[in-house]
Amino acid sequence: MIHKYTLNGMFIVLDVNSGAVHIVDELVYDILDYYREADTDTIVQKLSDKYGEDDIRTAISELDELVAARQLFTPDTYAAVAPFVKKREPVVKALCLHIAHDCNLKCKYCFAEEGEYHGKRELMSAEVGKKAIDMLIKTSGARKNLEIDFFGGEPLMNFGVVKEIVEYARSIENEHGKKFRFTITTNGILLDDEKLDYINKNMHNLVLSIDGRKEVNDRMRPRAGGQGSYDNIVPKFQKAAESRNQTDYYVRGTFTRHNLDFSEDVMHLADLGFKQISVEPVVADLSEDYAIQESDLPAIFKEYENLTNKIKERREKGEWFNFFHFMIDLTGGPCVIKRLVGCGSGTEYLAVSPSGDLYPCHQFVGRPEFKMGTVDTGVVNTDIRCDFENCNVYNKPACKECWARFYCSGGCVANSYNTHGDLISPYEIGCEMQRKRIECAIYLKACEE
Amino acid sequence: MTHIKTLNTKLLQNTVEKGGCGECQTSCQSACKTSCTVANQACENR
Ligand code: SF4
Ligand code: SF4
Repeated sequence: MIHKYTLNGMFIVLDVNSGAVHIVDELVYDILDYYREADTDTIVQKLSDKYGEDDIRTAISELDELVAARQLFTPDTYAAVAPFVKKREPVVKALCLHIAHDCNLKCKYCFAEEGEYHGKRELMSAEVGKKAIDMLIKTSGARKNLEIDFFGGEPLMNFGVVKEIVEYARSIENEHGKKFRFTITTNGILLDDEKLDYINKNMHNLVLSIDGRKEVNDRMRPRAGGQGSYDNIVPKFQKAAESRNQTDYYVRGTFTRHNLDFSEDVMHLADLGFKQISVEPVVADLSEDYAIQESDLPAIFKEYENLTNKIKERREKGEWFNFFHFMIDLTGGPCVIKRLVGCGSGTEYLAVSPSGDLYPCHQFVGRPEFKMGTVDTGVVNTDIRCDFENCNVYNKPACKECWARFYCSGGCVANSYNTHGDLISPYEIGCEMQRKRIECAIYLKACEE
Repeated sequence: MTHIKTLNTKLLQNTVEKGGCGECQTSCQSACKTSCTVANQACENR
């Protein structure tokens, strides 16, 4: 399978199963419409109005070379490794700790319902957190690198417990041959020098939530009294980014139907001096006024192209910043097995509620039908784990046919569940945007070569 | 090649044999997290 597209006059061909990327001329691009079905003479005849015969024949022989080198129309042989993935000993290597189901902002699009997650306001105790650490060590088998993500609500509302958990984990990691990496997400309201200092010393990554321009941010991210959060958080975030040498952090924002010109928000964040930026489409019930509708897609595609061009322009001027959603690692990147299974929710990755219940991921927290166990018992509902284990691209009919499958890995299971009520039917609007982003990302890479 | 320029990529078929060690980071793809395409994840087992 191949995927070909043009962007800004560049002709790009992706070989899906090998991951090879070819920049071609228009002739080759046209030949590929017939290459698999027709023989050389037929192709020459079909294209003779537009191109000379010698050129067509040379181009076809070049394509033949790529096929022989397994860089074009490479067969898909990975379905055979998919069952192997399932037979791996179930290990957990990452936990999302819901440190506080409470929040000091009232963000309109929050899937956690202003921090409450279909439940009541609640803070995690240090005891539950430590049990989660113990459980992770026990269930992580031979894996060395373990991840803990402090999530909320707003984790800084329970920062004392965060520290206790970090210290506990550090005190026992060596004896178990493990290495913990911590990440914390915050809206910034409670961020001060002391907390920042602690975070810089102990956390591998820091996620700072801000949507972009002041009016955009304040519309969707108001404080309890209705006033905006922008003025409060921007100086703190700038300081935090600098104190981390502009690496190992992200400012992350959400765009909605209200700001389909979101490239302006990305550039605004870049103008504020941030070098690590992520701005992503909101995931929301379609009945919400800010939800992205299918009819918005053409405008969004155009906007991703605008953003691509703006990023390219800045980079050419030497003003580099990283847009997370356009990052793609063509020369490295993960093995194909990782690319089959994706996020690992419900298997390698679990979320822990404030009271210590286990769920497949942060988006399922508080849904009783997805409760998998507790930090005391570990995973006891193995049926749920099994359902999530089965989530690989070969078990998702739409993904099996999709050219983006080894970049995307089958998308977000929670989105599938929220839109279709099952775990294997992708959220189509999300897919359309995902594919567009991959096209833009590969184009940017090609420009840099 | 005169009509085709191939970018330097890691070929997926060469990652099957040594792959699957599982040391790499998990990768949430939803908007509420540091979401990303799996394809930009680092491999810890080069
Ligand atoms: S873009 Fe959609 S269909 Fe394609 S692999 Fe991702 S989830 Fe599956
Ligand atoms: S199911 Fe979705 S929200 Fe949950 S971890 Fe996976 S990508 Fe993230």
